[in-house]
Amino acid sequence: MSIVSYLIAALTVAGGLAAVLLKNTVHCALALTIAFAGLALMFLGLDAQFAGFAQILVYIGAVAILIVFAILLTRGSEAPARGVFSKSWFVGLLIAAGVFAVLGWAVLASADALPGETAAPAVTVQDIGNALLGRYVLPLEIVALLLTAAMIGAVIVALHEKERTR
Amino acid sequence: MGNWSTLDQIFVILRNWLVGFLPAAARPAAGAVLGVIAIVCVFPGLFALTTVFERKGLGRMQNRLGPNRVGPFGFFQPIADGIKSLTKEDIVPRDADAVVHFLAPLVLVVAVFMGFAVLPMGRNMALVDMDAGLLFFFAMGASTELSIFMAGWSSRNKYSILGAMRAVGQMISYEVPLLMSSVVVVMATGSLSLTRIVEAQNHYTGIFPNWYVFTPWGFAGFAMFAIAATAETNRTPFDLPEGESELVAGYFTEYSGFKFALFFLGEYLGMFSISGLGATLFLGGWSAPLSFLNVVPSWIWFFAKVMTAIFIFIWMRGTLPRLRQDQLMNFAWKFVLPFTLLDVMVMALWRFMGLGWARWVVCSVILAGVYVLMGRVQMRRKHFGPRSYRYAE
Repeated sequence: MSIVSYLIAALTVAGGLAAVLLKNTVHCALALTIAFAGLALMFLGLDAQFAGFAQILVYIGAVAILIVFAILLTRGSEAPARGVFSKSWFVGLLIAAGVFAVLGWAVLASADALPGETAAPAVTVQDIGNALLGRYVLPLEIVALLLTAAMIGAVIVALHEKERTR
Repeated sequence: MGNWSTLDQIFVILRNWLVGFLPAAARPAAGAVLGVIAIVCVFPGLFALTTVFERKGLGRMQNRLGPNRVGPFGFFQPIADGIKSLTKEDIVPRDADAVVHFLAPLVLVVAVFMGFAVLPMGRNMALVDMDAGLLFFFAMGASTELSIFMAGWSSRNKYSILGAMRAVGQMISYEVPLLMSSVVVVMATGSLSLTRIVEAQNHYTGIFPNWYVFTPWGFAGFAMFAIAATAETNRTPFDLPEGESELVAGYFTEYSGFKFALFFLGEYLGMFSISGLGATLFLGGWSAPLSFLNVVPSWIWFFAKVMTAIFIFIWMRGTLPRLRQDQLMNFAWKFVLPFTLLDVMVMALWRFMGLGWARWVVCSVILAGVYVLMGRVQMRRKHFGPRSYRYAE
């Protein structure tokens, strides 16, 4: 680990902490974007260009925008007057600890599953494309179908109801 | 020929000569820094020139003179504007979110500048030749949306936030066709690297170039790309986010002085970079339009193509009225996006039909037929008549 990757890790963690600790929800969303950007930089530092750019394109370009729009269009962006701790903080803590345990276990187990990886494998974008449309074409198509169904569902939910307005 | 190729590579030679003074270990970094300096100097300079040309050109189209006080024919106007924006008071509204308000223009300009890193501006003249260059460009383009939202939200002004909502909605809607229309180029080249995309087009049949725009799918893709790029840069006829008659100035209403200038700079740099991308994807990048014109340096062709695109942007601004919000969204989702999807299909068909003239006829007929049919069907549902208002009556 070089100094740069330590700095990126610090940035990512700071962004994540700020997203949890800040009071204004829009600030939280913007801080979350910093964490997303840090993750993208981390991918780039590991020579995973495709993953890094896809992270920026999808998470900063779309997910972050979606989050801020959701905040603005629902409850308003004003900070709550009373405390920011919800009543179910203990359950949240348990869930967070569980998720962290699963992720940590997966990371530790993967080190055993791939022993002796010394050099980083050179994966071009072309290889990823070939794999997606070759070996993994069925999962890709299933995901595409699911997303299309979700989008149609969203459109139906948001559809203007004609009989109610004249 | 020797002298011509020297002129063609003059910037590369100059950089290598300058870097040669340093120890070998520092050379790659120094070369990159020089490239960044060149980009950071050239494009804002071009921006200053373009503002004058735009105001003069619009003036010509509207039967007036345009700026004519500062310097010969008003050509020193951008210098005066720069001094003015530097000396003006920087006003931050009392209720504004000061940190976000300050960061928004910076994030915008930085994200827009990043896009230039992968554009090949001449033979061997891309700052970084990335394997996923096109993806990098779109990733940087997508990050500008967030800065526009930051500007609109942090100003705590209804006009600002409405303008930001409009801008972000529009940019997200047109980003999809923008990406889809460049997919055909990736399918034709088999690479996301912009350098390789230009090289794939740098061949000539007789004296005519093999640019992608001269194929049926390339022409359709280029037309859709141009529409989406205009919307993406918030230019007329898609400049609703800045509709003066409704929203004062949209998301940068509460900005003054140099921050306002930075937004202005960001908008024009966005125009340059998207024009450069369009030229790279469909118009052969730095390759000459006719084979014997290759004696002219490649970077001149690149900048000539970019400036032609800028001229068309200005021309449209002087000619077309602004769209309405619902027209904008309907156009994106019901016409541009389906047509780009069809274009991707046609590209696949083109690929499988192999060489020969048959694919030219079949692909052209499909694209033209669907274009006419979709246009007819969608226009039939429009009933033109006196305008009706849902809420204002």
